[in-house]
Amino acid sequence: MDSCLKIKKSAEQGLSDFLKSLLEKNEVSGLFTLRKSGVNHDFDYGLITDTQMMKDAIPLHPFMPVNAAQELSRFTGMRKPIAVVIKPCELRAFVELVKRSQGNLEQFLIISYTCGGVFRFEATTAGKAEKQLPAYWKAVSSGKNSDDIRLTCRACEHFVPMHADITVSLIGEKIDQECSLFLHTEKAVKMAESFGEPLSECEMASKTIDELRVQRQAEKHHIFEKIESQKGLDGMIQLFGKCIGCHGCRHVCPICHCVLCDFESHLFDSETEIIESELNSKGALRLPPDTILFQLGRLSHMSFSCVGCGMCTEVCPAAIPVASIFMRTGEETAQLFDYLPGRDVEEAVPITVYKEKELSTLGE
Amino acid sequence: MAEKFIPRIVSFLCKWCSYSGADLAGTSRLKYPPSILPIRVMCSSRVNPVFVIKSFLGGSDGVLIGGCHPGDCHYQSGNYHTRRRFAILNKIFDSLGLEKERLQLSWISASEGQRFARVSDEFTQKIADMGANPAKQEIFL
Repeated sequence: MDSCLKIKKSAEQGLSDFLKSLLEKNEVSGLFTLRKSGVNHDFDYGLITDTQMMKDAIPLHPFMPVNAAQELSRFTGMRKPIAVVIKPCELRAFVELVKRSQGNLEQFLIISYTCGGVFRFEATTAGKAEKQLPAYWKAVSSGKNSDDIRLTCRACEHFVPMHADITVSLIGEKIDQECSLFLHTEKAVKMAESFGEPLSECEMASKTIDELRVQRQAEKHHIFEKIESQKGLDGMIQLFGKCIGCHGCRHVCPICHCVLCDFESHLFDSETEIIESELNSKGALRLPPDTILFQLGRLSHMSFSCVGCGMCTEVCPAAIPVASIFMRTGEETAQLFDYLPGRDVEEAVPITVYKEKELSTLGE
Repeated sequence: MAEKFIPRIVSFLCKWCSYSGADLAGTSRLKYPPSILPIRVMCSSRVNPVFVIKSFLGGSDGVLIGGCHPGDCHYQSGNYHTRRRFAILNKIFDSLGLEKERLQLSWISASEGQRFARVSDEFTQKIADMGANPAKQEIFL
């Protein structure tokens, strides 16, 4: 049984009202949420300090234009109390960034939700998203995977937020009738009390959540099996054959925050003598070179922190299933150290720590 | 007579231990295969996993990282980090079905000239049995 605030409105309306109230009563000095923007059914994240602007807010819309962790990191230096509405994977990614000194948690009132996944980018064309919404919310209420969400969302088993102050319960709930805000911290209880309605004790729809998790694990297994079938050097060339080296995947990845990225530098550029010697032995050279080097290199630098948000696959111009590949290998490298990215802000990133006695078979 | 395949094994050796161990093997006139291509680094933890990947994709038949024994690192904890990085790289190769047997981490101290010769010999034999790295033939990489 947890402390919660129930608002007798639809989940989205209730949450919007709650956010507006926090801003009006000066409990926070700003809000970070999804908004309708422009005239073309566009959706963007935005920072809002004027309650008038809340009219365009759609906090629970199933869309991720950018991994919010990157944006939180951008304005984390403001050090003002801000309420943020982000998805569980974005929250995990932000915790990973906090571990790398790219942000801090204290200033934020973190509101997340039991997540039914997000639409693929193609849904933003011609108002497709609006058409997909009713079926989507129905799937969330009944604890099923919607057909219109990202592949990585279909396979995500960490859809109950970790480290949130407030969780909006969506999966298995009557989302059009009720907004249930679960309060996990003292900060959350204080903010909720300011709303003016009495708090109660409630429970999340854990049976539906467990059933969905089982479904998702099965999908994950299926997706990983497909990747596994393309193994070895030939497999890598098959998977990344179309890669043009745009590094879009790296740019949208919330974990890849390095300003001085090895792969954005001249570190691996070949001098002409080397190109000539390559040509001497092989007779041909694909340009630009070092495609697989980038992919394997990026895996070696961040795979254990991959939260499987799926942004990389979304932006890949060559439609390579980057997210599935990174999620699969990332899980294996993280498991070496019993690590789960974003689970606990006190849990150090595996490459930054060591135990004197471990991995004893290596090196002997 | 068929030419014997001499593997090319790029070897990152830490100055304080492994490289000195290799040097001792030399001054002691111990025999070990000409496959080892040494690259001296100050500490095994200087080795960015991407160096190992680049060597592998560049066609080296094997990649060896030599460092001080755990607890003896000249910089206290460098080799502990090397060990974790190597475990991760090994797991990535394993996960993607790449030949992880072509990568090896070995603790070799400055006084272990014999050990260096033995490790080189055994690793060379292992790689020779595996054959040349197919990456050598790949245009796309």
